[in-house]
Amino acid sequence: MNSTIARLVGGRLAVGVLTLLIVSLVVFFLTSLLPGDAVQEQLGQEATAEAVAALRAQLGLDLPVHLRYFNWLGGLITGNPGISLVNGMPVDDMIASRLPNTLKLAAVTTLVSVPLALTIGILSAMYRGSIFDRYSNMLAVFAVSVPEFLIATIAVLIFAVKLGWLSALSRSVEVESFGELVRIYALPVLTLCCVLTAQMARMTRAAVVDQLSASYVEMAILKGARPIRVVLRHALPNAIGPIANAVALSLSYLLGGVVIVESIFNYPGVATLMVNGVVTRDMPLIQACVMLFSLGFLMLVLLADLCAILSNPRLRK
Amino acid sequence: MNEIVRVSGLRVAARNEEGIDVPIVHGADFSLNKGEVLALIGESGSGKSTIALSLMGYARSGCRIVGGSVRVGDVDVLKLSNAELAKLRGRTVAYIAQSAAAAFNPSKSIMDQVIESALIHGVLSRKQAQAKAVELFRELALPEPERIGARYPHQVSGGQLQRLMAAMALITDPALVILDEPTTALDVTTQIEVLRAFKKVVRERGTTAIYVSHDLAVVAQMADRIVVLRDGQIQENNPTEQILAAPEHPYTRSLLAAIRPAARQGAGDQEAASAEEDVLLDIHGLEICYGTKKVLQDVDLKIRRGAAVGVIGESGSGKTTLAQAIAGLAPTTAGHILLDGQPLSRTLAGRTREQFRRVQFVFQNADTALNPRHSIEQILGRPLRFYHGMKGAQQQRRVAELLELVQLPASIAQRRPGELSGGQKQRVNLARALAAEPDLILCDEVTSALDTVVGAAILELLRDLRRELGVSYLFISHDISTVRALCDDIVVMYSGHKVEAGDQQAFVQAPFHPYTNLLTNSVPELRQGWLENCGAAKGGLPPIGEPTSSAHLCPFLDRCPVRIEGVCNRSAPPRHNIAGGSEILCHHTGAELLKAQDCVNSMKLVGTYA
Repeated sequence: MNSTIARLVGGRLAVGVLTLLIVSLVVFFLTSLLPGDAVQEQLGQEATAEAVAALRAQLGLDLPVHLRYFNWLGGLITGNPGISLVNGMPVDDMIASRLPNTLKLAAVTTLVSVPLALTIGILSAMYRGSIFDRYSNMLAVFAVSVPEFLIATIAVLIFAVKLGWLSALSRSVEVESFGELVRIYALPVLTLCCVLTAQMARMTRAAVVDQLSASYVEMAILKGARPIRVVLRHALPNAIGPIANAVALSLSYLLGGVVIVESIFNYPGVATLMVNGVVTRDMPLIQACVMLFSLGFLMLVLLADLCAILSNPRLRK
Repeated sequence: MNEIVRVSGLRVAARNEEGIDVPIVHGADFSLNKGEVLALIGESGSGKSTIALSLMGYARSGCRIVGGSVRVGDVDVLKLSNAELAKLRGRTVAYIAQSAAAAFNPSKSIMDQVIESALIHGVLSRKQAQAKAVELFRELALPEPERIGARYPHQVSGGQLQRLMAAMALITDPALVILDEPTTALDVTTQIEVLRAFKKVVRERGTTAIYVSHDLAVVAQMADRIVVLRDGQIQENNPTEQILAAPEHPYTRSLLAAIRPAARQGAGDQEAASAEEDVLLDIHGLEICYGTKKVLQDVDLKIRRGAAVGVIGESGSGKTTLAQAIAGLAPTTAGHILLDGQPLSRTLAGRTREQFRRVQFVFQNADTALNPRHSIEQILGRPLRFYHGMKGAQQQRRVAELLELVQLPASIAQRRPGELSGGQKQRVNLARALAAEPDLILCDEVTSALDTVVGAAILELLRDLRRELGVSYLFISHDISTVRALCDDIVVMYSGHKVEAGDQQAFVQAPFHPYTNLLTNSVPELRQGWLENCGAAKGGLPPIGEPTSSAHLCPFLDRCPVRIEGVCNRSAPPRHNIAGGSEILCHHTGAELLKAQDCVNSMKLVGTYA
């Protein structure tokens, strides 16, 4: 680590914090514009005006909007994102009970899809125009364009209903053995991998193909380097930047975008929690979830930038 | 018998868009003995690189070797499998590419790349290979041979990279080295250093080499034999002396004629001379900074109506920035630019459409300057509509006139740039500038990317246009002979400073500014032995102490062969006029410079037939 990198990373971090601040503003004011009133909802139509006002005061909803924003932001920073308007539980507890599940699913999916995508991408770049390249391309387009719920449903139909190999639901998330891990995660991971692998493989292929047309690749071939060496030692180090960004974008989807998969497999993750929050107008919950997703997204992008910087000697200096 | 390479009946074909194979090399035959340097020379598209690459069993994408045989040592390269070819490449036959900047992997250290082929082929251990690389760096006169390997390609200069690539090729002691236009992308002053380094290692190691180039003068320094190619066919194959002294083939003769400097008489045209005081463009005290770095400093320049002013200097000297500043593309930080006495705004936004019309830019590379999706008519129609509001039949008529003006058939109006040759594209590029009916055309290296013969024709066209239309040029080039052939006045730039300015006559004979002298002497001459005894950049520079004050010292100080201890490193050089009539930025008087340069130049004349 030296000053150039420190400066670059510091700059990115500062921009990240600023982005989060802007996101918090947008999230807070947009959600406060949403129709519906959690207090009304909770107390019912018959509630007296006094009761409503009392509950409002208790929840701090009677304060001017900017004061509420600063209270909320302060709470977020100190790790107290508020109390659920629906069941009175602290929002952080609610998220904490779900987040490990989401992270587990994301981790398993990442471990499967990233190596798979890189291998497919690199191989199809090396043998571009070959049968393998064309079929993997076709498959990728197919996997991206078929909606997740269809893939999930078909997968359930085949593996759970017809063959009976795997469980259709992920009721238990306590894993005791490897077999259990496979049984529980296989279907959700398979469904998610279909979408993510295809995207990442296409991006990897494009990035590597781009490098393979460079003069230094021709030079490496003329030095007697075999194709594997040319790709892994020469082209890939120069393609890390774009690949890392593609991977980061795909993975950020795993944090908040997996509502459908979580619902179909009844998987208790953060995405379903947020959807429930939307249904019940539970603003503190929605806000906290959105901020969490933004934070995860920014961290992934920052990580990708860091990879790109470290792989480029011009920036590394 | 010590024959090392025998190529017979080599045929290579390229596949065009319709999927039909078009032959690009039609049966080449030649051979090469051990320790010999053979040159393949020809214009672009003559098949010289294609032939050179086929010696490694390699054809660029879209090309295919379709017949013949290539024997290197006692194997037929064309019969080898891919795995056998990989064993040959970098071991038996090594390659030095044209652009080292592109051929080095930007994300690997130089040492890793230089020794890679030795490691791939298992010739040396990593330690031995590194030691050998350092030894080669030293032989190639690279700075800090012990440490340069740890750097990355972007941290060394273009000329150094080219020499590092020679080390990369020689690390395995290959039987044959192919040098593919290795100095074409370099400045003349750098080229001479690289050529010297190449020649030294080739001679000391007894390397057998094939040298591919379009430049006969360069080849004359390096090669024992020359093979002249045109359209994929060998025109002539003879020893270098014979090619230079008594070329057999008419094509060889035409190549020689295009290279010999066409000494132009009466450069200062009469019309221009009569309009002595009619100043079109007046630049005063121009300065441009990028961040804190000054890329142009204190530049004064006057362009008279109908005159051609040449700007020369090596890459990074600020010559293109100067043109960009005039065009408004590079905002100036000080000084002013007057067009017909009216100040031009320092940015594009502050200029009127009329001012845009009067100053037009012709970019170096017509390939990238012309939109490949537009027809020639659209390309030329746009400025006509924009500046003159022309439409329909009137516009079509004007497009045809413009094409006639640049000597192109009107029938190409419907074609796209991709269907034209390099010379035709550059003419369209020029016609686009002319469409605005400008007073001043800024020509940025407009002939640099073209073959000698084609470039000479473009110069001729520029000369005609100037006579017919009375347009002025600011003509930027790195090549002093091109500038001398076209321009009335010449400005020499070095590191953002104007170091010499004068009329064309002042640049024919010494005294010059020391940098101009270096430039002039670095242009390869068409005779064998020039490299060994030309005066440029040879021997050490006079020792000089650390500069004592940083304020405005001579920019050429650290490369100047006539610098003076106690003067050049102490005080700023004055601008003054010297005997030849030019104004220079130097401490030396004209007489001192004449004395220093005359002895070198007279030595140079011995044995010259020019």
